Amino acid sequence: MSARRIFSRPARFAAIAPYVWMVLFFLVPFAFVLKISLSQTAIAQPPYTPLFSLAEGWSSLSDAFAALSLDNFRLLLSDDLYLASYLRSVVVALTSTAILLLIGYPIAYGMARLPRRWQGIAMMLVIVPFWTSFLIRIYAWVNILQHDGLLNQILLALHLVSKPVVWLSTDSAMYVGIVYSYLPFMILPLFATLTKLEPALEEAAADLGATPREIFWLVTFPLSLPGVGAGALLCFIPIVGEFVIPDLLAGSKSLMIGQTLWLEFFTNKDWPVASSIAVVLLAVLLLPLLLYDRLQRRQLEESR
Amino acid sequence: MADDIATSEPAAEAAPPPAPDPRPDPQPPILRIENVVKSFGSFRAVDGVSLDIRAGEFFALLGPSGCGKTTLLRMLAGFESPDEGRILLSGEDIGDVLPHQRPVNMMFQNYALFPHLNVRDNIAFGLRRAGMPRAEIATRVAEMVALVRLEGLEKRKPDQLSGGQRQRVALARSLARRPQVLLLDEPMAALDKKLRESTQFELMELQRRLGMTFIIVTHDQEEAMTVATRIGVMNAGRLEQVAAPRRLYEEPASRWVAEFVGDINLFEGEVTAREPLRLRVATSTAGELVAAQPVVPITETRVSVAIRPEKIRLALRRPAGDATGINCVEGAVSDASYLGGKTVYKIKLDGGAVLHAAQANTARLDADGYGLNQRVVAWFTPDDCVVLER
Repeated sequence: MSARRIFSRPARFAAIAPYVWMVLFFLVPFAFVLKISLSQTAIAQPPYTPLFSLAEGWSSLSDAFAALSLDNFRLLLSDDLYLASYLRSVVVALTSTAILLLIGYPIAYGMARLPRRWQGIAMMLVIVPFWTSFLIRIYAWVNILQHDGLLNQILLALHLVSKPVVWLSTDSAMYVGIVYSYLPFMILPLFATLTKLEPALEEAAADLGATPREIFWLVTFPLSLPGVGAGALLCFIPIVGEFVIPDLLAGSKSLMIGQTLWLEFFTNKDWPVASSIAVVLLAVLLLPLLLYDRLQRRQLEESR
Repeated sequence: MADDIATSEPAAEAAPPPAPDPRPDPQPPILRIENVVKSFGSFRAVDGVSLDIRAGEFFALLGPSGCGKTTLLRMLAGFESPDEGRILLSGEDIGDVLPHQRPVNMMFQNYALFPHLNVRDNIAFGLRRAGMPRAEIATRVAEMVALVRLEGLEKRKPDQLSGGQRQRVALARSLARRPQVLLLDEPMAALDKKLRESTQFELMELQRRLGMTFIIVTHDQEEAMTVATRIGVMNAGRLEQVAAPRRLYEEPASRWVAEFVGDINLFEGEVTAREPLRLRVATSTAGELVAAQPVVPITETRVSVAIRPEKIRLALRRPAGDATGINCVEGAVSDASYLGGKTVYKIKLDGGAVLHAAQANTARLDADGYGLNQRVVAWFTPDDCVVLER
């Protein structure tokens, strides 16, 4: 009778499983990080003042609340280093995402137009680099881009340059590494959207007088926007927090927020500041997610 | 008459020059298809089709799935190019003209409406591409919306419309550019039966009112017969016959067409006597039958005699009087299907064949039905028989 009946017990479990997962592996750890970000640095193990201990009962809990401080967050604002790191992270992530889109879209488009039996092979080629460790692939780029690396050897052999070019420890090297590493995350959602596109839609556009260029910009591209959004988010969010690639390939002049966080955590052993960096980073990353969600909702409402 | 007979030669042979038309058309055909061949790999989807379509015609391409009718339509739209042969639109070869430059529009099978555009923008899409001034586009869109009775739904997106409404948007969109020829690919396949029937009549009405040339592809023979002024029946990449619906049904040109269009009884036999207007055919399963000599006389000896079920009359005894001029066969009722308007009997003839006979249920209180195993006489006139070469 009731609507609830139609769901069996396993189905109900399946429905709450993601929430259980989120609480256990995201909210609870985040609560720890948030707690640390609100505490003070201490020379101890772990290196921060414990806020409360359950053994001392309620009094310690109220003391702990009274001792909560936003000092670490104030510090983040007071020192340009952090602001610059955040800004650089966002700029690098935006630029990389734009480059990834420019390179990934044509590849995904081409893949979606391959005969079906070739699509599987193309997909394999996109995924196959994942079979090697990420770290090894980045070190391979170090090898290629270094002073006497493969790239310079080729350029010298072709007489395109007269002396070795400095590639390593530049932003260009970092962008190469980021684009190379994240390309599959851009291609796969785009490919998924583009293959689902009904070919008859493009034929209908051609039939109604649209040139190939108009077909792309008026039909194909607008209909692939969900894939563009998904690919951009899948790349933008992890790139903002990227640590390994800028550390190995970029110069040390300016740091991305991931590197700053690493410094605070491991070099300065300042867990509270590192934690507050992480909390702010999460806020920065939630922003594009919320925007994306808002856009999608508006689109849905428009079509109501 | 010559233009009514399909000329589909095997493409391997050199194409003979088109036979001179004994009764030339007052106006040249709007669309001329000449010996068109299209292969996909080793599969010849369209295998030497020649066809003329006159301006203002409602032409149907009818055939089972895989017969090449859709491929032929796609070549007319420009989505496929013929391997051999020519397609002439208003006398001009359009073989190399890209789809977006052809004065031809297509209504797609699943409508292919742009899901991100509303009704108005879907209909205006083709007009904007043609660079029509804004005010004119607005007028034309309003005109089209009124034509297909979609007033008030202009701002809806396709997924907020019913199947019938989507179908009408697709029709309006394909008509908006006022194409020389409108191609319709199974336009009613996605509609339910009732809606399909009313839509068929609306489509005919519309075509007559606009005076436009429509070419429809369908696998539904009733639909083809309802809407079309002429039908081209396709089988395995070739045109089997091109004729008006009535002639297609009453004078099928081949056994294949006879069997594909409607229900039919076929008796194989050999010609035993040729009279000026009559053929006597000895069949193995229905005895000797007398049939009218077709307009193009049969020269073969091995033939099939074909009779439509509704041409057969049933009686309890042989008709009185001089029955020498008609065909009488006897047997027992083996099955009866009551279909409302008619009852179809299966009669096991003494000769071994099973005859389908349809009897119209003309009176409500008609108790004249025949029971199972009842002995009956089935009779039909020679003029109701069609003799086909085997």
